[in-house]
Amino acid sequence: MRIVSLAGRRLAASIPTLVLILIGVFLLLQLAPGDTVDALMAQMGGGDAASARALREFYGLDLSIPAQLGNYLWRLVRLDLGFSSIYGKPVSTVILERLPPTILLMTASLSFAFFFGLVFGVLAARSVNKWPDTLISTIGLIFYATPSFWFGLMAIVVFSIYLQWLPAGGFEDIGAVQTGIWRVLDIARHLLLPTATLGLIFLAIYLRIMRASMLEVLNLDFVRTARAKGLDETRVITGHVLRNALLPMVTLIGLQAGTMLGGSVVVESVFSLPGLGRLAYESVIQRDLNTLLGIVFVSALLVIIVNFVVDLLYARLDPRISAGG
Amino acid sequence: MGALKRYFRSPAAVIGLVLLLIVVGMAIAASWLFPNNPLSLAGRPLVWPFANPRFPLGTDNSGRDIAAQIFYGARISLLIGGVATVIAIAIGTLIGAFAGYYGGWVDNILMRITEAFQTLPNFVLLLVLVAVFGSTLTTVTIAIGVVSWPAPARLTRAEFLSLRNREFIQAGRTLGMKDLQLILGEILPNALPPVIVYASVVMAVAILLESALAFLRLSDPNVASWGNLIGLGRDVLRVQWYVSAIPGIAILTTVLAVSLVGQGLNDALNPRLKQR
Repeated sequence: MRIVSLAGRRLAASIPTLVLILIGVFLLLQLAPGDTVDALMAQMGGGDAASARALREFYGLDLSIPAQLGNYLWRLVRLDLGFSSIYGKPVSTVILERLPPTILLMTASLSFAFFFGLVFGVLAARSVNKWPDTLISTIGLIFYATPSFWFGLMAIVVFSIYLQWLPAGGFEDIGAVQTGIWRVLDIARHLLLPTATLGLIFLAIYLRIMRASMLEVLNLDFVRTARAKGLDETRVITGHVLRNALLPMVTLIGLQAGTMLGGSVVVESVFSLPGLGRLAYESVIQRDLNTLLGIVFVSALLVIIVNFVVDLLYARLDPRISAGG
Repeated sequence: MGALKRYFRSPAAVIGLVLLLIVVGMAIAASWLFPNNPLSLAGRPLVWPFANPRFPLGTDNSGRDIAAQIFYGARISLLIGGVATVIAIAIGTLIGAFAGYYGGWVDNILMRITEAFQTLPNFVLLLVLVAVFGSTLTTVTIAIGVVSWPAPARLTRAEFLSLRNREFIQAGRTLGMKDLQLILGEILPNALPPVIVYASVVMAVAILLESALAFLRLSDPNVASWGNLIGLGRDVLRVQWYVSAIPGIAILTTVLAVSLVGQGLNDALNPRLKQR
């Protein structure tokens, strides 16, 4: 229970951070050329100054900036993110529609990167400075330097255009109405390439951290004890080393959550997935500042939630954290 | 000089340095090898690489020389990556230095701001900045610098925390040195080496950020950028995939070179860490 209150306290401490972000980005967006009404008028094909004034009054845009900021924050407390003039829907509805693909993609990429990073990290650490280690580390370095969108495009060329194994984009097959397990399989097929594309750079990072962390733990005294007991190398690693070596990996999940969300902007654009990242891109192109601010709020919230979960996970892995002061 | 010798003993570091020198050489030689504007029409569109000796790497959708764009693109990538890194390191060391030296409420406020920047995804903030200030070469470079400073700030703060109560600083204080003198003249030179090494990571990420922005057509369209070319090539990906493939290899090479050099420097400056 201690750990829940500990993590809860850290969660509460992140509220001022969230408010700071919102105030900062809100003020920043005031500097943007054109406001919601300009976008709306452009959408309607122009209009006279009087109706523009009426619209500004309607949206509360005629107030002073501090008053507008106050209004915005007060509406946020009631979970009202405002209205998107481009989509003609409340921003919260637009964002909620786009959230599931992004969360699915992020979870899949994280699992992919975590699992393979772990496996290859262990393999590299077990053969340190021999050829498997050199090979794995070199591939890791190359993955780290590969721009994700470029890897995605090349994967499309190979797997969708030449081999025709996988779809080149989209979230599911729109032509065929599918239900149940077939729909799940169809979505999985569509997400295979995006997952690999987004996960690649994180795979490289996890692999490197896992290798270093394994090497460090392998030198500790309790590992020597385990070996002296006569355990074989596999048992030493699965039973004793792995759990301890995992800690830095879990920390990294929290640190990289934001980077991953940012990466999904690009990956979703490459594979035309209807997710949050693509929404962010579209709202920049269409100057839909209300939606953009909503996305800033939701993505900061996502990062905070991921960090909360990581705190809890951390305590499960290492009981010393919840026991100690 | 031990560090230099250690650097050249590592094959990976030497490969990185050679690759980096090649990219820098390309940037320097660009206007000499390709005197014409790289964004002007050069020939028939979509000539495959090696098909026409005039265009060793072929031409893009609108008949511009890909080789020229790759050479000029090296300039843009290094320029944006370099300047953005300098901006990020400058802001980061400044904030980290004050937070670490003064502690207390100064540290509290500065770290809250840092945390806010770290909670908001980098790329999302970059999109906001581009949406507000537009996408010219200058604004994009500054924006990338502005989103990249938190990690160097934390690093500098940690260094300052461990250095600020060392004996030589206390000696300086007893001598009556001002805070600013101590920060800039005494602590900073000692705190800087790990930050400088970390600059290679910042630069690698900055180059990747710029290319992603350019790929989304949110960077300056009036310069020859590798990311721009990949974005253009996307329209003809089905058949002429080389238009996207070639600049991607250039980005990969540059980022790889920068990270290898950074890692080599790190291992050369902290030889004890390497043995782990």
